Amino acid sequence: MSEVEDSLSAPHRLAYTYKRSLGPVLGQFFTGLRDGRILGVRRADGTVMVPPKEYDPDTGEAIDEMVELADTGEVVSWAWVHEPRPSQPLDQAFAYALIRLDGADTPLLHAVDAGDESSMQTGMRVRARWSDEPVGAITDIACFEPVA
Amino acid sequence: MSEEKEPVEVLRTPVELDYTYSAGVSASRFLRAVEQGKLLGQRCPVDGRVYFPSRGSCPQHGVPIEGEPVELSDRGTIVTFSVNRVPSENIDLELPYAAIQVLLDGADTTLFHVLGECSIDDVRMGMRVEAVWRPRDEWTISMQNIRYFKPSGEPDAPFESYQEHI
Repeated sequence: MSEVEDSLSAPHRLAYTYKRSLGPVLGQFFTGLRDGRILGVRRADGTVMVPPKEYDPDTGEAIDEMVELADTGEVVSWAWVHEPRPSQPLDQAFAYALIRLDGADTPLLHAVDAGDESSMQTGMRVRARWSDEPVGAITDIACFEPVA
Repeated sequence: MSEEKEPVEVLRTPVELDYTYSAGVSASRFLRAVEQGKLLGQRCPVDGRVYFPSRGSCPQHGVPIEGEPVELSDRGTIVTFSVNRVPSENIDLELPYAAIQVLLDGADTTLFHVLGECSIDDVRMGMRVEAVWRPRDEWTISMQNIRYFKPSGEPDAPFESYQEHI
């Protein structure tokens, strides 16, 4: 037996069980997801951010005017995941994509279940596929899927 | 279902990192000895210091540590300690208890463990302690075979005997 084979090994899981308080704005965003709605926030210049922030990233002023957005949008950018890892949103190959929802001015990062990489295209239209068991998390949108 | 209409205020965001830990040759030998109730250290060939647990190289001189391991006593001296008041799922002592650095007799490096059968008002530097092993049929390849250390009742060790190891 070689020295390497002689070495003991064991699985080791390092886990941090974080919980975070959401605050008033992200609280509304995740409450909305649980209820099947996507909420953004309107900035002073009239543009809409999703996911929303509590403060305007340019001016620092508090913002809290929530805006309901469509669950459809356009792929701004994407990357294909050939072999998903256990914690990733889909079991089969998929795309991580930046999706600009209709009515929003910033893109949202999510998964697109396109079946095959050749089906992905920047500018393509997608629609949210909602989870059957919403809990108030980003995974309440199971993924996005191409709109024919 | 009124509960479903409560606003969402908290998000769980667990981080889970899955490793396969390989102990390496030296630590594997140490762990296999622990399975038999033995505590093995190894001696640096340059200055003769005994490292515990045994390890493959001397961090001070940068040389491999080879040769026969050194079997150590399961008694030692507390060189420093802190009081723990927060529960931990892998330590079954009643709170509060002391987490201790123990200098085993014959070793030149300290071991981190916990102190049982002792009030936190009594724990002190220099206190002599001995290992309390779990029942033989519960031993595994793990330092958990020592459940905790407890006061041995011997007179305190003089400060000079452990001042190099604090």
